[in-house]
Amino acid sequence: MAWQLDNDRPIYLQLMERIQRDIVSGRYHAGDKLPSVRDLALEAAVNPNTMQKALSELERSGLVYSQRTSGRFITEDTKMLEKLKNDLAGEHIREFLEKMKHLGFPQQEIMELVEQTLKEENK
Amino acid sequence: MKPIIECRSLSKKYGEFYALNNLTLSLGRGEIVGLLGPNGSGKSTLIKLVNGLLTPTLGDILIDGMRPGVESKKIVSYLPERTYLSGHRKVKDLIEYFDDFYDNFSKERAYDMLSHLEINPGARLKTLSKGTCEKVQLILVMSREADLYILDEPIGGVDPAARDYILNTILTNYNENATILISTHLIHDIENVLDRVIFIRNGQVVMNTSVDDIRMEQGKSVDTLFREVFRC
Repeated sequence: MAWQLDNDRPIYLQLMERIQRDIVSGRYHAGDKLPSVRDLALEAAVNPNTMQKALSELERSGLVYSQRTSGRFITEDTKMLEKLKNDLAGEHIREFLEKMKHLGFPQQEIMELVEQTLKEENK
Repeated sequence: MKPIIECRSLSKKYGEFYALNNLTLSLGRGEIVGLLGPNGSGKSTLIKLVNGLLTPTLGDILIDGMRPGVESKKIVSYLPERTYLSGHRKVKDLIEYFDDFYDNFSKERAYDMLSHLEINPGARLKTLSKGTCEKVQLILVMSREADLYILDEPIGGVDPAARDYILNTILTNYNENATILISTHLIHDIENVLDRVIFIRNGQVVMNTSVDDIRMEQGKSVDTLFREVFRC
């Protein structure tokens, strides 16, 4: 099944985000080997050059590293992975707050609503 | 390295009508390129010139530095818009035919793809559905180890699942030294597999840009941009 991609943003950015998400959600663990560019491109149903670019960018950020002949691996720096997780969480929260602000909710009310929803979920 | 396709001030005139008008274009290796334009913009004329099926009225066209001819055809694998294969022939006979005709044809690859799609090699072409027929033709074309693949409307007549398979086949057989030129109207379906798109209008190139550059600079898909540029 091809990856779901938006129409209005660069494809390589979306591939980077998807791989980051797969790392955070535990599909890949620290030190794991990533599939080859070709296999990832086939899985995503995207151009291999675009996948290559996404992986090079991830490499530049330090999240993955390549070993000459044996392929690409996820970093073993667990602090970095922890930070990635927090960054992604922060992004989602900011996006959520932005949307709630658009709907006209003040901060205090947003907090109350979140707590209320959590309570209902946990019932 | 020489460009795989180079057009210099290329023109093709039918009577008084210029199908291509002073077109200049250079394509490198290792890219999957979409050739996009409305009906009558000159796409098919360009493709026919690349394949030596037409000769230029003015200007030059070079394939890996060569004028189109026997030598260039050895390195170009071409899927025409309409088939030239006889419906009476069996799939396996067509494979023999291609194997005999082209040095760079891989029978193994062809049979591999056929079995993957559960197409019976003993079937005659005319007994197959339109979609299966298109798949057979694509398999023949992609089973060659070519430097340039030209696919004219490869996904036009098939259902979305077969479309996915065809795109998958293109991606699987893609190699870094080859260029794939795809002409189609179904931009949305192939956008993600393209490196670059060439918009052509009234026989001229109006845009030659990478897909991600379009998205980055315009914040929209190639499909949307196409609809804007070529609004009727």
